[in-house]
Amino acid sequence: MAKNESGPADIVPASGHERSTDVVLGTAVVSPDAFPDPGLPPHRLRVVDTDPKAAKKAERVVYALFYLSIVGSVFAVFAYMFFALDPNDLNSVRLNNLYIGLGITLSLLAIGIAAVHWGKAVMADHESVDERHPTRGSEETRARAIEIFKEADAESGFSRRSLIRNGLIASLVAFPLPAIALFRGLAPMDVDPNNELKHTMWEKGLRLTRDPSGLPIKASDLTIGSAFQVIPEGLADLPPHERLDAKAKAAVILVRMKPEELNWTSAERESWSYQGIVAYSKICTHVGCPVALYEQQTHHLLCPCHQSQFDLENECKVIFGPAARPLPQLPITVDSEGYLVAARGFDQPVGPSFWERLN
Amino acid sequence: MSTVATNQQTGFVGKASNYLDERTSISGAVKEFGRKIFPDHWSFLLGEVALYSFVIILLSGSFLTFFFQASMDVVTYTGSYVPLKGIEMSAAMSSTLDISFDLRGGLLMRQIHHWAALLFVAAIGLHMLRVFFTGAFRKPRELNWSIGFVLFVLAMAEGFTGYSLPDDLLSGNGLRIIDGMVNAVPVVGTWITFLLFGGEFPGSDIVGRLYTLHILLLPAILLIFIVLHLMFVIIHKHTQYPGPGKTENNVVGFPILPVYAAKAGGFFFIVFGVVALMASLVTINPIWVYGPYDPSPVSAGTQPDWYIGFADGALRLIPPHLETVWLGYVWSWNILIPILILLVFLAAVFAYPFIEAWVTGDKREHHLLDRPRNAPARTAIGAAGVTFYAVLWAAASSDIIATHFKVTMEGVINTLQILLILGPIIAFAVTKRVCLALQKKDRTMALHGFETGRIVRMPGGEYIEVHQQLDEYDRWKLVSFNDNAPLMLRPNPKGKITGGMRARARLSRWFFEDRIAPVTPTEHALELEQSHH
Ligand code: FES
Repeated sequence: MAKNESGPADIVPASGHERSTDVVLGTAVVSPDAFPDPGLPPHRLRVVDTDPKAAKKAERVVYALFYLSIVGSVFAVFAYMFFALDPNDLNSVRLNNLYIGLGITLSLLAIGIAAVHWGKAVMADHESVDERHPTRGSEETRARAIEIFKEADAESGFSRRSLIRNGLIASLVAFPLPAIALFRGLAPMDVDPNNELKHTMWEKGLRLTRDPSGLPIKASDLTIGSAFQVIPEGLADLPPHERLDAKAKAAVILVRMKPEELNWTSAERESWSYQGIVAYSKICTHVGCPVALYEQQTHHLLCPCHQSQFDLENECKVIFGPAARPLPQLPITVDSEGYLVAARGFDQPVGPSFWERLN
Repeated sequence: MSTVATNQQTGFVGKASNYLDERTSISGAVKEFGRKIFPDHWSFLLGEVALYSFVIILLSGSFLTFFFQASMDVVTYTGSYVPLKGIEMSAAMSSTLDISFDLRGGLLMRQIHHWAALLFVAAIGLHMLRVFFTGAFRKPRELNWSIGFVLFVLAMAEGFTGYSLPDDLLSGNGLRIIDGMVNAVPVVGTWITFLLFGGEFPGSDIVGRLYTLHILLLPAILLIFIVLHLMFVIIHKHTQYPGPGKTENNVVGFPILPVYAAKAGGFFFIVFGVVALMASLVTINPIWVYGPYDPSPVSAGTQPDWYIGFADGALRLIPPHLETVWLGYVWSWNILIPILILLVFLAAVFAYPFIEAWVTGDKREHHLLDRPRNAPARTAIGAAGVTFYAVLWAAASSDIIATHFKVTMEGVINTLQILLILGPIIAFAVTKRVCLALQKKDRTMALHGFETGRIVRMPGGEYIEVHQQLDEYDRWKLVSFNDNAPLMLRPNPKGKITGGMRARARLSRWFFEDRIAPVTPTEHALELEQSHH
């Protein structure tokens, strides 16, 4: 490539500015008509260089700070001993944290400031200059490096014995495969995630109960405008882990509105509600946060994570925010004792979308 | 004593050094590095802050591992924090509460760890901005920029895995969001989350797995990359700001021993001290307020750690209903598009040095930094990038903005959506203009000197203000920069103009068409002559 291949004609490579003249400048413009570097400005003396008193004082400050640091360390140890934690007094935690912390802070800052001050005000401050050398190796070194590779290649026959080389590459590609297989064990072997994601605890006749007490709910418990956080009956009795996994899918929000405020797309959909009481999955269809905020005035459900809003009046359709789908509705009715129960499970997977959701 | 040594080594230090050197050859290293020169500038401290916070994180984190139990086994909390007594929670949460309330200095260590982690990512970010805006990434340092970029990503990964460990309400929600996002990945998403969580969300494995990543795998990789990063700093020697006496062929500053060691070593203690001060005075991540993870409750106005904000904001800004079904499978564009935008943004950050190198075609080594104004296009691109990031980041707090300023949520989101597109464009244009204006000002200064405030009446009766020429050192700062001109399209040796060449020429025009050249001695002499008439 030519130097400065594309610059205007009046631009010529620098002389003296560049280490070697065969470096490609690209778009850079280096004009021969440039100011000369005046060189390092004259060294300025500090006060401590001219005034012995100031120098003494700087020295005193430095060692005083080092000793002050010891005070801080000792203080922190004492704070550890004397600001014990009292189970009956939350404030003791604050004091313990505060005083041990302040002691350590003093100990650290004093060392730091002392050392920096030592470097700035006491040590000699003559600026020095190092030469730089090009990052690339010398021509000789580079030639030798190439030669070494050639020798190694010749001695091993790496390029010549292509069968050996290709065998090596192929085996190296194959050898991590077992590791990939092993990682299948990260999740249970006999479970298909698709199946899991598509089913919740809800089924016909299961009572709606309060979260977290597990007490069943009568239709009459709900006044107009009230909302309940709901879990399926029996969830509270599950072993702890299954409980969280089940709850992460089955959590439901229950709201009572005036029946005339609810607009339905079909009579069937309408039958999923009971006298203005509707139950919707609480798991956001965006990425799964609980849709925990109910705005009584507007009848909107709001997800606190990314502010998706769902309209209770219109089958929980998305009216704002990043979510794409309405919250799935849980069909409900009442049992013989007047308790609210699921009329059946959800008609679709709850929560965030996933690839095989519709299969 | 060795018979080889010509034995001036008397006294303890002499003998000890001799002992060491005869076994390690350490004198060579001391000779090589002991008086290595480091340039001095406050902005060079940002990388140091990052390095030191990493050390603080290692120290405080090791302490925490002695007490933390990375297990999701359900226990009943019996510790001192009364409001949670008798509540079922994971051992992880319970042991984190114990560290906070029943271990002296435990809360302090947790808070030091968390504050240092926040500082770590912040310092890396600021250090990257410094490197970007001064052009320190240019040849030969492009690869070190890439290494630094990897460190930035690793630091965020460390932050996120650590944030998830206590298994409190907020960290559980963070994981829920990750679960939802990964689920949106076409084809493999469902299976990846299934494997990650060891079954369904939340399962009982994730904390233990993240713990292994957080304290073993990620720190090990981080450490390797930090070592690489610093090795390159030594190989390249540090860049320096332009100034009299500073050239591409030298480095001006202070020797490692003693001045730099004292300042840098002292600075470590100062950073540590400041983190300790924050930890003593300001509560961070009070998990006891949030309670243990439960998939049902969540409160409004909760925030992720600051460095995750831009990702969270991207999720919030996408318009509703973006999901399609194609071939019977679900394409969640409302999640995939934000993820893609983030990846493209990060890829652009990663690739910038290589792009600029390709546009300029400049194959020289650069050890003198640019003043940002002297690279208007780059500075403007940087400002656009910062604006883009800032809008995403602000979007993560859209609800807080709305409640705080009493405006509607919709208004905030819509404004930010527009800003995300217009903001960077405006930032680019304004920054470029400002840079050019500053360059013009520099030219005037270099030519005419500065105004003295002294008014003189000329023989003709007119009044003029006397200008005083700069001295040669001050002038050098204004005239010694690197200037670029757009490429001219010329056929290559084969007589062809390829598409790549065309693209490069167009880009270089975009970069360099508004060009303000440095003042030359000829211009300056002419100016002096004129002002004397
Ligand atoms: S999870 Fe509900 S809006 Fe994102």
